[in-house]
Amino acid sequence: MRRLIEGVPPRGLVGLAALCLALIVGPWVANDYLLTVLIVILYFAYTGQAWNVMMGFAGQLSLGHAIYVGLGAYAAAALYVHFGIAPWIGLAAAIALAVACGALIGFLAFRFGVAGVYFAILTIAFAEFARIGFDHFGWVGASSGFFLPVANYAHNDLWTLRGNPTMFYYVMLVLTAAAFVLCRILLKSRIGYYWQAIREDEAAARSLGIDTFRYKMYAVIISAGMTSVAGVFFAFYYNNLFPEQVFHISRSIEMILGPIIGGIGTLFGPLIGAFLLTGLSETMLELLGALGLDVPGAKQVFYGICLLLVVIVLPEGVWPWLARKLGLAEKQS
Amino acid sequence: MAGAQAGTRGKAIMSALLTIDAVSKRFRGVLAVDQVTFEIGSGSIAAVIGPNGAGKTTLFNMIAGVLAPDRGAIVFAGDRIDGLKPDQVCRRGIGRTFQLVRPFPVLSVEDNVIIGALLHRNDPAAARRRAHEVLAQLDLFDKRTQRASALTLPDRKRLEVARALATDPKLLLLDEVMAGLRPVETDRIVTILRELNRATGLTILLIEHVMRAVMALAERVLVLHHGAAIAEGAPAAVVREPAVVQSYLGAEAVD
Repeated sequence: MRRLIEGVPPRGLVGLAALCLALIVGPWVANDYLLTVLIVILYFAYTGQAWNVMMGFAGQLSLGHAIYVGLGAYAAAALYVHFGIAPWIGLAAAIALAVACGALIGFLAFRFGVAGVYFAILTIAFAEFARIGFDHFGWVGASSGFFLPVANYAHNDLWTLRGNPTMFYYVMLVLTAAAFVLCRILLKSRIGYYWQAIREDEAAARSLGIDTFRYKMYAVIISAGMTSVAGVFFAFYYNNLFPEQVFHISRSIEMILGPIIGGIGTLFGPLIGAFLLTGLSETMLELLGALGLDVPGAKQVFYGICLLLVVIVLPEGVWPWLARKLGLAEKQS
Repeated sequence: MAGAQAGTRGKAIMSALLTIDAVSKRFRGVLAVDQVTFEIGSGSIAAVIGPNGAGKTTLFNMIAGVLAPDRGAIVFAGDRIDGLKPDQVCRRGIGRTFQLVRPFPVLSVEDNVIIGALLHRNDPAAARRRAHEVLAQLDLFDKRTQRASALTLPDRKRLEVARALATDPKLLLLDEVMAGLRPVETDRIVTILRELNRATGLTILLIEHVMRAVMALAERVLVLHHGAAIAEGAPAAVVREPAVVQSYLGAEAVD
């Protein structure tokens, strides 16, 4: 526990505590609309954190992370609908499936030296295989979609994940916090140092005795497993799954914008990025709506502008800059 | 004096840490390394010299596991290591630097060395203690919080050595670690290496163009030319051999 907060300046801890408190009391003051926005923010903070393990820490660019969301979502949903198995047990199956898929992609790529852009293309290819495959997978509804019995808002049942948005909010909050802590632990252990070495220079990493194949596999497996948990949440929160939506490449891209804008490879990047992107784009849509304007594609244009600005003004992302401004840049002892 | 030197050399050969036995490597039509045989005694400092394209780096890469020899054997501490991968070679106890330095640029100097030290230490705190020791030895302790990319070339060269040393190697391979340094910086590294060798018994193999460093450090020198060994022995003797003067040192050696 002490190791976990080692090197963090006191005012950083105070800020973190304040953020936690705000997120915990958030639903008491938020209206229904704001609550759903907060859920989406946390969802992207979580998936961004999971993606960041692979790209931010270990330097392996995945542009097909939707596959792990989709596999997790379909696995848990199918077990629930067909066999009445509770999502928390389905979660184990979801993680196992995503980990197996990640391991397969990782093995194919790292064993046969597929790296860089080609690795990214491989991840897209697998996500597309899954999308097309599930389009024809009748057991889970194929292209006409797969539906869970709609939630009964009258009472919350945490065990079967049936309930109102407040319950889902807290589930997502716990997941996001857990992912954050897990990533902090990973980053401060040998595995985190080794990932960064591989990210910076793989040949140099090997010369220091690092089995780069093994550590890259760990990165993919952990990232895939974490991402599939978000998939289970997705299925039980939205209650419907369409391969065209779940596995679509735009889903994979959406997931990685947060960490890119917030700061790749940082712990707070995915969090900040999710808040900025979702928060600002929702605000903009509300404003446009209030003005009576209905602009299709406004969100995508907004994402594009955000990316451009960050790339030009803050190429390291918002968090490294913000941390310096706030005097929170972690001291290296 | 001469007898004593011969005596220590004889002992070194008996307890060879690294044995290169008739190693060859061909790249398509070019025979880059041709039947090279060389031994490095435990606790000694040896150097491989030769003109550009002589096969020095190829030989180095075969020891470090980057390339596998076509023929011959490389034996380290009693075990065959030819054909092993670079990370396996490192785990056996061979540390290396790169000719064109490649520190982990965005990481701090300290983190660079911690990554090396983690090879034999699971706990980052223990690795950090070891990193601090090594950084102190290499005159980099005061710069430990800087980003590696912010260092000057001489500092980056020493960082490479520090990072490799942190893996606790028995043999340190240095690939032109003095290249591009001013004489003052060269002497600084020479002093550090000699002290490491004396204090810890670290065995060192240099691949080097800077004769000043080779003459100051190496007990034995292997001269390569067109992939073949053309001379071998104590540096003072080797630089006088006509074949070496002609092929490599040229008029410079007359000084």
